[in-house]
Amino acid sequence: MLRERGHFMTETAYNFAYLDEETKRMIRRAILKGLAIPGYQVPFASREMPMPYGWGTGGVQVSAAVMTPEDRFKVIDQGADDTTNAVSIRKFFERTAGVATTTRTEEASLIQTRHRIPEAALAEGQILVYQVPIPEPLRFLEPRESETRKMHALEEYGLMHVKLYEDISRHGHIATAYAYPVRVEGRYVMDPSPIPKFDNPKLSDCPAIQLFGAGREQRIYALPPYTRAASLDFEDYPFEASKAEHPCALCGADDTYLDEVITDDAGGRMFVCSDTDYCETRQKERAA
Amino acid sequence: MYVAVKGGERAIDNAHAWLAEERRGDASVAELSVAQIREQLALAVNRVMAEGSLYDPDLAALAIKQARGDLIEAVFLIRAYRTTLPRFGTSHPVDTGAMACDRRISATFKDLPGGQVLGPTFDYTHRLLDFALAAEGEAPHTPEREADDAAMPRVMDFLNREGLIEEARPSDDVPPDVTREPLAMPADRALRLQVLSRADEGFILGLAYSTQRGYARNHPFVGELRIGTVAVEMDVPELGFAVEIGEIALTECETVNQFTGSKTEPAQFTRGYGLVFGQTERKAISMALVDRALRWEELGEDDVGAPAQDAEFVLYHADNIQATGFLEHIKLPHYVDFQSELELVRKLRREASADADGHQEAAE
Repeated sequence: MLRERGHFMTETAYNFAYLDEETKRMIRRAILKGLAIPGYQVPFASREMPMPYGWGTGGVQVSAAVMTPEDRFKVIDQGADDTTNAVSIRKFFERTAGVATTTRTEEASLIQTRHRIPEAALAEGQILVYQVPIPEPLRFLEPRESETRKMHALEEYGLMHVKLYEDISRHGHIATAYAYPVRVEGRYVMDPSPIPKFDNPKLSDCPAIQLFGAGREQRIYALPPYTRAASLDFEDYPFEASKAEHPCALCGADDTYLDEVITDDAGGRMFVCSDTDYCETRQKERAA
Repeated sequence: MYVAVKGGERAIDNAHAWLAEERRGDASVAELSVAQIREQLALAVNRVMAEGSLYDPDLAALAIKQARGDLIEAVFLIRAYRTTLPRFGTSHPVDTGAMACDRRISATFKDLPGGQVLGPTFDYTHRLLDFALAAEGEAPHTPEREADDAAMPRVMDFLNREGLIEEARPSDDVPPDVTREPLAMPADRALRLQVLSRADEGFILGLAYSTQRGYARNHPFVGELRIGTVAVEMDVPELGFAVEIGEIALTECETVNQFTGSKTEPAQFTRGYGLVFGQTERKAISMALVDRALRWEELGEDDVGAPAQDAEFVLYHADNIQATGFLEHIKLPHYVDFQSELELVRKLRREASADADGHQEAAE
């Protein structure tokens, strides 16, 4: 009975990059609006995707909307191309769009990421798509969307500065280690997605287009190329991008973000680059 | 050791293969057919259609089979499939007044035109496990009689004639569509009802129950509960008139709520409304109670700070696909963020112990 009704669809029955063209147009309009108002959260009619909310549905919809058949696509999660969810999203676009993929940051025209910005400098012509869980930087200070939208409209960011100040008075430091808020071109305070604050400086003046997609929260925002994104701080407590104080145990880099890997049950550990492509490239260069 | 975190692709393939085997279960036990699920687990099918926002019993049954009976997972499969369907048009509003009812009861009147029709309800069953069902048996014999063509007028219309209940003012406004536009606050009643209709049954039940226990109590009576089928009509541009394209089963609940009046409204009864796909009466009744609680502002009632009165709280947290996705995503790798927290905690502890040492020396 199901078969007669034509319910069984083959993969070729889906449109290029899964979403229908009308939906892509709607998402592109939101992206263009986001690029026109850097850091502003544009509401968009997020669709239900075949992966769960929280797995990158916002990023996937943004990638689908900007993807062309000529693109070379890279996906990273935690900086790595071979983490399970990165593998799954890369496979999804291989199946539904048939695009070429790569693990090389320099070769990719479109990069979707969760929780990291690649170590290699991005270039003009590249697009970096972030998966965003909670797009609202003020959310944990004010749970109501109707209130936070007003606060952005009125540039009422005092609450955020009070929070950072209280951190300093209590701990001696700003106690935010990731998803560290930035002010975009002196206007909107923006959540850079849960990247470690080590990555924050790379947001600013970046030659690539940076797009942020939050599927469940139905928001898209953007940083056009060469946009200033300043991490919030105080004159006497300047922002500090921090990382583990070790070199990478595999490639020796001392300027990359490191994962701590537990090697035995006696407290043994090693520190290695979280960006697997960057690390492997350096290892090859050293071997050559 | 570091190599162990690689190999995501093979791990995923193997996990999927194992899942398929577990879904099938013991292969010596006959496999469930989609038709069996559709016919014999009909209330699960109804719930999946309602929360999946797609009326298709066959697909809902398939989703339940594929999801191993996990109904939220089945709802998710239906929602994701729904995304790929083109939209041909919009039907006319269905006329639930003309519903062919399987069940129609009123708690506010002993008898009424059209009568009280119990229909296939669990209400007066004794919840005793029926061990006879464990053995395969013949189809049950059900007494039958000719269907009564008597109209079943709405209970609310009787009250309306006397002006005892607020008027439900008809409107030609096109309601917003929560599946095509981002949810925006403040949400009007049409939008709220849409979200409630596809909301998680358990969440709505809990909220409705909380109003009964005093968190924004609204004194509900079930004015009428009706379950049955209605015709769906759609304009076909080539024909120039509406044609019936099929029928769907619905559950509709209208509550009558006591209301002593406010600054703006005289004392009269007010309404709560629930409408859900399929036979889903727990959900429809819950929906009506929550709808009524959310109307506090329009009726000039006090905000007592109850969860069920808070539209942002209710509407942003009622969708089980959004909720389960975000809740379960915390099992995905987060080691980059965790590492940055580790560094921070180590740093704060280092400084705290240095401070303590400093104090110690000063004291000595």
